Amino acid sequence: MPIPISYNFRNVLQRPVSTLTTAIGVGLTVAIFIGALALANGFQAALAESGSPANALALRKGADSEISSGVAREQADILRSLPDVATGPDGRPLVSPDLVVVTTKPRLGQPGSSNITVRGVEPTAAADVQAVAQPVTFPLRAQVRITSGRAFRAGSDEVIVGERISRRFANCAIGDHIRFQQREFTVVGHFTANGASFESEIWGDVAVLMPALQRDNVFQSVTFRMRDPARFEALKHQIESDPRLGLQLRRESEFYASQSEQLSTVIRFMGVFITIIMAVGAIFGAMNTMYAAVGSRTREIATLLVLGFSPAAVMMSFVIESVILALLGGLIGCLLALPINGIVTSTTNFSSFSEVAFAFRVTAQSLLAGLIFAAGMGLVGGFLPALRAARQPLAQSLREN
Amino acid sequence: MNFLKLVLVNLGRNKRRTILTTLSVTVALFLFCALGGVLDTLAESIKVGSETRLVTRNAISLIFPMPLAYRDRIAAVPGVKAVTFQNWFGGQDPANPHNFFAQFGIDSRTYLPEYASDIDVVAASPAQATVALPPGIDPRLAAYMVERTACIVGEKLFTRMGWKLGQTVTLAGTIYPGSWPMTIRAVYRSKNKSFGDETLFFHWDYLNEKGMGGKGLVGVYVLQLDTPDQAASIGKQVDAIFENSSAATRTESERAFQAGFVSMYGNLPFVIRVIGLAVAFAILLVAANTMVMAIRERTSEIGVLKTLGFEDGTVFRMVLIEAAAITLIGGAIGALGAKFAIEGSGFNAGGMLPQMSVHWSTVGTGVAVALLVGAVSGLIPAWQASRLRIVDALRRVN
Amino acid sequence: MASIQVQNVRKVYRRDTQEVPVLDGLSLSIAAGDFVALMGPSGSGKTTLLNLIGGIDSPTSGEIVIDGTSIGRLKGSQLAHWRSRNIGYIFQLYNLIPVLTALQNVELPLLLIKMSGKERRRRAETALALVGLGDRMKHFPRQLSGGQEQRVAIARAVVSDPAILLADEPTGDLDRKSGEEILNLLDRLNSEFKKTIVMVTHDPHSAERAHSQYHLDKGVLSH
Repeated sequence: MPIPISYNFRNVLQRPVSTLTTAIGVGLTVAIFIGALALANGFQAALAESGSPANALALRKGADSEISSGVAREQADILRSLPDVATGPDGRPLVSPDLVVVTTKPRLGQPGSSNITVRGVEPTAAADVQAVAQPVTFPLRAQVRITSGRAFRAGSDEVIVGERISRRFANCAIGDHIRFQQREFTVVGHFTANGASFESEIWGDVAVLMPALQRDNVFQSVTFRMRDPARFEALKHQIESDPRLGLQLRRESEFYASQSEQLSTVIRFMGVFITIIMAVGAIFGAMNTMYAAVGSRTREIATLLVLGFSPAAVMMSFVIESVILALLGGLIGCLLALPINGIVTSTTNFSSFSEVAFAFRVTAQSLLAGLIFAAGMGLVGGFLPALRAARQPLAQSLREN
Repeated sequence: MNFLKLVLVNLGRNKRRTILTTLSVTVALFLFCALGGVLDTLAESIKVGSETRLVTRNAISLIFPMPLAYRDRIAAVPGVKAVTFQNWFGGQDPANPHNFFAQFGIDSRTYLPEYASDIDVVAASPAQATVALPPGIDPRLAAYMVERTACIVGEKLFTRMGWKLGQTVTLAGTIYPGSWPMTIRAVYRSKNKSFGDETLFFHWDYLNEKGMGGKGLVGVYVLQLDTPDQAASIGKQVDAIFENSSAATRTESERAFQAGFVSMYGNLPFVIRVIGLAVAFAILLVAANTMVMAIRERTSEIGVLKTLGFEDGTVFRMVLIEAAAITLIGGAIGALGAKFAIEGSGFNAGGMLPQMSVHWSTVGTGVAVALLVGAVSGLIPAWQASRLRIVDALRRVN
Repeated sequence: MASIQVQNVRKVYRRDTQEVPVLDGLSLSIAAGDFVALMGPSGSGKTTLLNLIGGIDSPTSGEIVIDGTSIGRLKGSQLAHWRSRNIGYIFQLYNLIPVLTALQNVELPLLLIKMSGKERRRRAETALALVGLGDRMKHFPRQLSGGQEQRVAIARAVVSDPAILLADEPTGDLDRKSGEEILNLLDRLNSEFKKTIVMVTHDPHSAERAHSQYHLDKGVLSH
């Protein structure tokens, strides 16, 4: 027959100081755990958001990132002419052979510089390009939205800067000039992209950027919309086995996700490492509290045993009490961690060798994971003291105290 | 017996509780000092680099090259003693692409003398014939120097990969595509922390021929100066030469160059400090909880001590010392443990950091934090004990 | 030797809003070197009176003069200091510190007096020998019988050579034989060492060992 849980609840409430200090100890551990998960999730989300499964991305065979890749103009033209490539609103193939380079710029409000990705894209005009130059659109990357100013005009010395970068680096406000070698480019707008890594980039017309950066005729990647995304595997096989091309084909979504892999793994690893160490400390704290609880209730426990509750029930009861205590801590931890959701931070993604700004993302799963983690700590911490309570020698404890 | 003994004897009263608390503090301090070690390591890596070296790179960013033709023009700048250069290769071991290590194509003739004081050759293939080596190069590197596809490997990397001297390893190029066979002709050990022990160096000429079609594109130039005094102005001079060229340059001290990499980590130091604070606070709670429990059990004893004539202030101090003793012992073990375990194991966070160090100052700070936390944790129980009235204490039955 | 003068002492306890006078205008005079027993039913205030004499508690009004010193005038550390020099307390439940050996327990009061560790030891050993426990110095309280524990407590009470010993039901928790030993010891301390002893007890047999007996009932003293 189990001992009613209300007994445990009441006992936990009876020693508020002990309960609170132990719970906060557990809470801090859980908060850091959730924080680390939120950091990794946020980073991954930023990159996962960048790619669409309907788009395919071609890189040079063997390249592990866009900046280490090179695709010649002839190869880009071959891809452009493939029947699998969907057509855009202007009737032309929806393709963007991109120039992707990295430029080093000083940070705003923080000492030091960091690398920003500069992407030259092929502009798609809604109307005939020979007409008066209009700000371009980006139908290939549907997430992109201009938030202030306007898009650059095709063929011009204009660039747009991702929202997240504009706040963190110097010279990125609308009207500012960014210099690449001998040419100056004017920032005419800011854009967002649903939190994707594109928001940490500077975009311009590839036709203008290429000669400015002396990368004539060599792109880094070619992105295109697939007419039939389900045909990806067949298309991949076709392109990768074409000797003229020497290219690898990836789904845009999968590619960007892979770019986040290394860093998010490291973040998770470090987070778990730190959290485990803290958890050990928190468990010792919980053990202390539970041992004290057991010690001060010797007579009570003896009475329960005399009344007929089995030692197993007594043990169960104390384990549950420990778990309740720890879950209280888990709740505190969740509350502590929640405010960091949405905070934007940035770091260098060494896979792409450039800065990626992203927001902490506290998900329901991480909160749940935090609670389970807390319960686990309570279980481990309460086990030995609970065992002690169950093993109490009956006659002796009735006499004691 | 004396006062100190009286205080410490109480620690043995409930051994399990004392041990659990101490262990808790030990673990927390270990973490605290490990985190401090990360900050120490990053701070150190900024201090790396000689005063008399400058690094010249393309002004746009590191990924843009500069023409080989720049070398002579840089060398002609007054104050520049020698110029060498290297290119980041960025290849992968096809067997395990996630096993990261750095590779550089170097202008061996000038690079090796430049860095001669930073490395020690620990093993080398014998040279097939006697060769005349350029000045400043360790004669054991003869075999490396004459072979076009030879490479020198850091000791740690050599051991980690299980390679053998004379073995040909094939790297898959990413920036420079294709298969790149290289034969290990020497193993080096670095003599100072700034120079990594896990790098592979090979001849730039090989890279130029096979990977650039002879175009002669250089990654970074490293300039050795006569004296450190004119470093800033020499740097400006170099950049002025190429300001209007196709590849404008940016020259900075080796230290600033390294610092640039560290600043790429962004806000990491801040995050670490926040976590460190959380850890310290958590210890505080554990220790405070223990002390409150411990003192509560001893109410009548405290009454007896006061009956004997122990003053309130004395009792206060005794409780405080008891609290501080637990955290001091646990803290010292944790802090020292962190230093020896982390430095001894050569931990480098899987290549993300240089080999970690934990400075004595961090250990000291950790121990001081432990002591402070202990004292604070004991404050309330100490105050309660000092304020306890004898009649109440003696009457109270726990 | 010291005399004890309790002058018109009043002690009031506050329970919620009610005031309970435990002692109300009590006066008592104990000559130096006397051995006095305080008897009375529980709640009569005898322990309170003892506490007041020992400076452990302070009267609501009235004075307590011990050997010429009005202890009510002493405050805080002065009082503590005075107590360490002049009073030895013996409790019903011995109140030894369980983590210290018998010797260390006896040394405890000496920590408050400036002397070398060696001297402290010597004095404590002497005191233990006096109570007949020279061979049990290294024992912990849990290794001693009740009677032995009380003897250690007495050794502790006399080690700093105070003039006055206050005993609160010293034989209350002991069997007949052990109790006898304790009373013999107290007797000796009074006759041989001239200690002024005030003993609270509810056992008439113990009370008879004293030179005079006082009865305390509802705060009123009678001889």
